[in-house]
Amino acid sequence: MIKHEIFEKNSIVLLIGILLVVSIGGLIEIAPLFYLESTIEKVKGMRPYSPLELAGRNIYIREGCTSCHSQMIRSLRDEVERYGPYSLAAESMYDHPFLWGSKRTGPDLARVGGKYSDEWHTEHLLNPRGIVPESIMPGYPFLLENPLSYKDIKEHLVSNKMVGVPYTDEMIETAMDDVRTQVDPDADTDGLLARYPKAQVRDFDGNPKVLSEMDALIAYLQMLGTLVDFSAYQADGPNQR
Amino acid sequence: MTRETTAKARLSIDGWVTAAALVIGIFYAILTAARTEDPLMSIHAYIFAGAFLLGIFAIIKAYYDSSEHQANKPADAPVEYNLDVIKAGVIASVFWGIAGFLAGDTLAFQLAYPDLNFDVSFFNFGRLRPLHTSAVIFAFGGNVLIATSFYVVQRTCKARMPGDFAPWFVFWGYQLFIVIAATGYLMGITQSKEYAEPEWYADIWLTIVWVVYLFVFLGTLWKRREPHIYVANWFYLAFIATVAMLHIINNLTVPVSWTSTKSYILFAGVQDALVQWWYGHNAVGFFLTAGFLGIMYYFVPKRAGRPVYSYRLSIVHFWSLIFMYIWAGPHHLHYTALPDWAQTLGMTFSIMLWMPSWGGMINGLMTLSGAWDKLRTDPVLRMLVVSIAFYGMSTFEGPVMAIKAVNSLSHYTDWTIGHVHSGALGWVAFVSFGALYCLVPWLWNRTQLYSLKLVSYHFWIATFGILLYITSMWVSGILQGLMWRAYDELGFLEYSFVETVEAMNPLYWIRAIGGAFFLIGALIMAYNLWRTARGDVREERRLLSPESVPSPVAAE
Amino acid sequence: MEYNDISEFSRTWGLVYLVAMFLAGILYAFWPRNKSKFDHAAQIPLEDD
Repeated sequence: MIKHEIFEKNSIVLLIGILLVVSIGGLIEIAPLFYLESTIEKVKGMRPYSPLELAGRNIYIREGCTSCHSQMIRSLRDEVERYGPYSLAAESMYDHPFLWGSKRTGPDLARVGGKYSDEWHTEHLLNPRGIVPESIMPGYPFLLENPLSYKDIKEHLVSNKMVGVPYTDEMIETAMDDVRTQVDPDADTDGLLARYPKAQVRDFDGNPKVLSEMDALIAYLQMLGTLVDFSAYQADGPNQR
Repeated sequence: MTRETTAKARLSIDGWVTAAALVIGIFYAILTAARTEDPLMSIHAYIFAGAFLLGIFAIIKAYYDSSEHQANKPADAPVEYNLDVIKAGVIASVFWGIAGFLAGDTLAFQLAYPDLNFDVSFFNFGRLRPLHTSAVIFAFGGNVLIATSFYVVQRTCKARMPGDFAPWFVFWGYQLFIVIAATGYLMGITQSKEYAEPEWYADIWLTIVWVVYLFVFLGTLWKRREPHIYVANWFYLAFIATVAMLHIINNLTVPVSWTSTKSYILFAGVQDALVQWWYGHNAVGFFLTAGFLGIMYYFVPKRAGRPVYSYRLSIVHFWSLIFMYIWAGPHHLHYTALPDWAQTLGMTFSIMLWMPSWGGMINGLMTLSGAWDKLRTDPVLRMLVVSIAFYGMSTFEGPVMAIKAVNSLSHYTDWTIGHVHSGALGWVAFVSFGALYCLVPWLWNRTQLYSLKLVSYHFWIATFGILLYITSMWVSGILQGLMWRAYDELGFLEYSFVETVEAMNPLYWIRAIGGAFFLIGALIMAYNLWRTARGDVREERRLLSPESVPSPVAAE
Repeated sequence: MEYNDISEFSRTWGLVYLVAMFLAGILYAFWPRNKSKFDHAAQIPLEDD
């Protein structure tokens, strides 16, 4: 038998053997996910994030919120009763990266949008234990002081487009204005709402003078889980236990 | 090894290549710093430029030193192993280990007493958490793996590592990656993918370093004087090659611009989730398992003074382990929007993984057969053996938690945290400590450690800390999981979320205290290793059994 | 591509692949003529140099 010499004496063959063994497994498992049409359901209502929501999402990522908050309601009875309908693959189809999380030190946020007022969120982010005494969440007072940096928001949309998010040229062109429009209740919002249906327009952090990071983060939190209308959606997916 | 007759300053080829690359790197980094509008990017660009500059100074210094170094070397001289870079790796391992444990225990206290976040951006839990995980996995574990793999591959091949600068490039390049990653987290630069948080430019840098690492390792194998490649090297090679594959695919990303710290991952949503956990679980499988099994297969036989229990079993262990691990990732996504078939596949392979894992454990433990008495006299060997026992425990717990029904309870809770730490503290850290206790006397040419008694203290203090840690996390995880799904007699959910958070508090204190014990143990080790390297030997009576002869470095 | 196609493939060729991998590993490890080489390899860490 020659085989032993092959592996033991030839490091390149050993290396190729290792790569073959480990790549086939991953390939067989991951590749079908891109080709099977049943992977992502077809649902109405999903759209790319508005520029302000995208900026807010990036603050959520920056502060590591996903360390403690999941955005993935599992198809289990208690989770559906606590948080709402279980999460669909389609709901994160424009998420680069996904933010499902792996730990719930705090509650799931997949459907937190609209559950609390803007004032609640602002106060809670400034001082969580001022609102929920037992909370162990850190406070984020600096978000209210930091003006939102969005001068390169166009490039952010372009990068998203390159990885497959269907931002149109019009959306990219108007991105800067759309950020400002979404926090200005007096602005003409027809264009913004045509591009981003259900986008919520208002000053989010209670300080209309400054477009703060708090504005962006709350705009993101308030839209989470609000795009798909579940009263119209026919669940045909995995069974609830 | 060519013999130089004239004592003239010279630079090896890899020295020239490294120097040239560093010069280009400096120009590119300064250009980036000048062009970027992102202040964070300019900080990182200057760190890169400074590090490259230091590298060039080091090469210039080596160039002028080289003329003195070329003493007359007889052609049949024994192999002159490259040990200096391994010494550096040992020091870095101890340093990053303590930094990582300290960060972890800080987080533990923040969860128990949240005012410790101080509500400052760079000290908040969310930013410190990746600092802890990266520091312990990549900085501590990575340095241990680089140092031990360099040692094991040279010794078992009876050959010096190729290149004068390439191994140093791997070492310092890796430290630079750690510094970029860590400072990035504190400033809020993160991809948010767990254990793959560093942004695109740090990822590219790590890829370069890693490729050089692969070639240094392969180059040593090519130079070997021993016909066989010892099995420990198989595990190291699988670790290096597979981590390269995982790292590149999971970090495919489009930067916002060449001067921006931010990028967007190529994959979206469910696909990104599966790629991430394919990466994430195999970071466990190939970084924290395969690499450290390489340590086990060298250091346990060496320390025990007997060959591995069954070499055949080690071969079956190797191929079945690397084959099965690669499929197990989807068990992190049970009951999510990932298609059911993928979840089932992940669960099936995770359960099967129990077999090769325990095969490896048995192989490691049974190596001691006929020499069990050494456990009483040699606390270093005891540490190695207990690490294998913890490996067995967490590789049994893992498949259990991968079962969907169990996972529905354990997922999202502290049970997962406890499971990870029984593997990370009990297996990875203990086997690393054991290897470090072996390496320091070998590398610094000392006959024995400064103090075996201190090793014993370290062992017991750290073990006590681990037990506090994992038991408190079991209780808190299962408690919280059950509270989340508890219903009252009217059929409503019994507890609000915050009530479950409140219930965790005493357990979080216990965990934080356990972590402190573990940290204290590591500090004792650092002191012991430092005194050993200095050549001190502590006056102390023999441990436990006076009649037995202590044999700390019997095999050397 | 449909779910059924993949399911079919995994139950036929997938099974063959797994069994073949398993047998190859076992045969290699337990082939009698390899024994002496493995015995020698096991001693490598213990050799002094």
